[in-house]
Amino acid sequence: MEMTQVKKLADYVHQAEKEKREITKITSNLYPSLTIDEAYLIQEQLILDKKNEGLRIIGPKMGITSKAKMKQMNVDNPIYGFVFDRMVIEEDEQISMADYIHPKIEPEIGFILKKDLYGDDITVEEVLNATKYVFPAVEVIDSRYENFNFTLPDVIADNTSAAGAIFGYKMSDPNSLALDVLGASIKINGEVKAFGTGAAVLGHPAESIARLAQMLFKKGKAVKANEPILTGGMTEAIMLHAGDLVEVDFGQLGHLSFSVTP
Amino acid sequence: MSLDTIINVKKLYHHLNSAYEQNKTVSPLSEIAPTLSVDQAYQVQLLHVENALKQGKIVTGKKIGLTSKAMQTQLGVNEPDYGHLFDAMYLPNGASIQKEQVLQPKVEAEIAFKLSNDLKGPGITAFEVIQATEYIFPALEIIDSRIKNWQITLADTIADNASSGLYVLGDQPIRLTGIDLRQIAVTLYKNNEIVNTGVGIAALNHPAKCVAWLANKLAQYNLSLKAGEIILSGALSGATAAQPRDAYKAKFSELGEVSVHFE
Repeated sequence: MEMTQVKKLADYVHQAEKEKREITKITSNLYPSLTIDEAYLIQEQLILDKKNEGLRIIGPKMGITSKAKMKQMNVDNPIYGFVFDRMVIEEDEQISMADYIHPKIEPEIGFILKKDLYGDDITVEEVLNATKYVFPAVEVIDSRYENFNFTLPDVIADNTSAAGAIFGYKMSDPNSLALDVLGASIKINGEVKAFGTGAAVLGHPAESIARLAQMLFKKGKAVKANEPILTGGMTEAIMLHAGDLVEVDFGQLGHLSFSVTP
Repeated sequence: MSLDTIINVKKLYHHLNSAYEQNKTVSPLSEIAPTLSVDQAYQVQLLHVENALKQGKIVTGKKIGLTSKAMQTQLGVNEPDYGHLFDAMYLPNGASIQKEQVLQPKVEAEIAFKLSNDLKGPGITAFEVIQATEYIFPALEIIDSRIKNWQITLADTIADNASSGLYVLGDQPIRLTGIDLRQIAVTLYKNNEIVNTGVGIAALNHPAKCVAWLANKLAQYNLSLKAGEIILSGALSGATAAQPRDAYKAKFSELGEVSVHFE
């Protein structure tokens, strides 16, 4: 793919994000043959453009980490994108619908590593040994594509729908909890909307980090220490609406709640 | 800075410093300089710090004040303030305080942070503070004012090193793992009687938010919080005035106890 095309497509999704408007997926007319590798080139350009605008990467995030989603997208591998500083929502803040197009949330287990992980055959055990803290997190995803209708390369080019993140303030020792059997539930206005466990994330959330390491290794990069990492949704994504009071319970890991304003 | 301002700041510093030198309180700066601004007040404080450093004192960290709604309302402000901690202000758990170490002390229970990484604002979040925290300690802060009868305005307390006095840290450094600082409760005892209670959420909704505020505030002066520094994050309980022979103890949920007494 020509560099001018990469830049053009990165700008296409970036402008949609900035203007909070839906766009038609890249693969429908603009570039139907888009491959996964090309999609990551577009994502890298998008990240560069964001950095040039003064934004700062906070940490990586994983997507397509559940069996159900992999089957739906007909793939075997998860994907990754990055959370930027402007996307971070403090724990006691509200979420405003006006900041997004059609936001959905997913409960996730966040990791902070104490050392970099570099390699293509890292095990769950090695990830846990390299982990300083785990914490409860909520990711806001907001695909820039109409009705969340996209192919795998489309969503990669769109920074894997990254739009917002609440990182919980309560840190836990990863070895004090069985993260695969840890449950999470989302209640909206008192009604349970979704529930799942850590095992929904590639069998174990630490496996998600192992897979991230594997993907970054191919690019000569490591998963970095001291960055919050979102490992992927423990439940399906739930649509937000103005007036929602959202309560996300992670059992021993903690609890996050926020309200949604227009 | 105009020549007027330089003279003013120096004059105000000397006025305050005489309280330290003669071990007695002085009249409010706001009486001498009614228009003293927050920025000028910080300049007075920085002059105090420069001179303390010249005398061989070592900065061990910072303290954050005015973190509760109640204190902010009392002084008519909507943000905290900060001061510097020096090595000579530190006391071990259970220490006794000599009469000449203080003027008109008050005691508050707080959570102290020890950083493992530098924090440079702007844009520092509470989450980043938690990530950069090596340990926390249960702490008592003995606040003190060089201004007579605590007749302070915001500018007075800022100039007076945020009314800092002494600080006492618990024996055990504690890792943040498994702790939600918003829910940490503290009971402050004076001579074995309860005088105050507090909860972590009283400090700007989360003690780490106070530290984040400080990192971002310091960025305005191109300064950062340094690894190894102790940060007193702000009172969880109201301040109570101490008299000679008073014994204070703070009991924290999950963090243990810390005590001090006045000779």
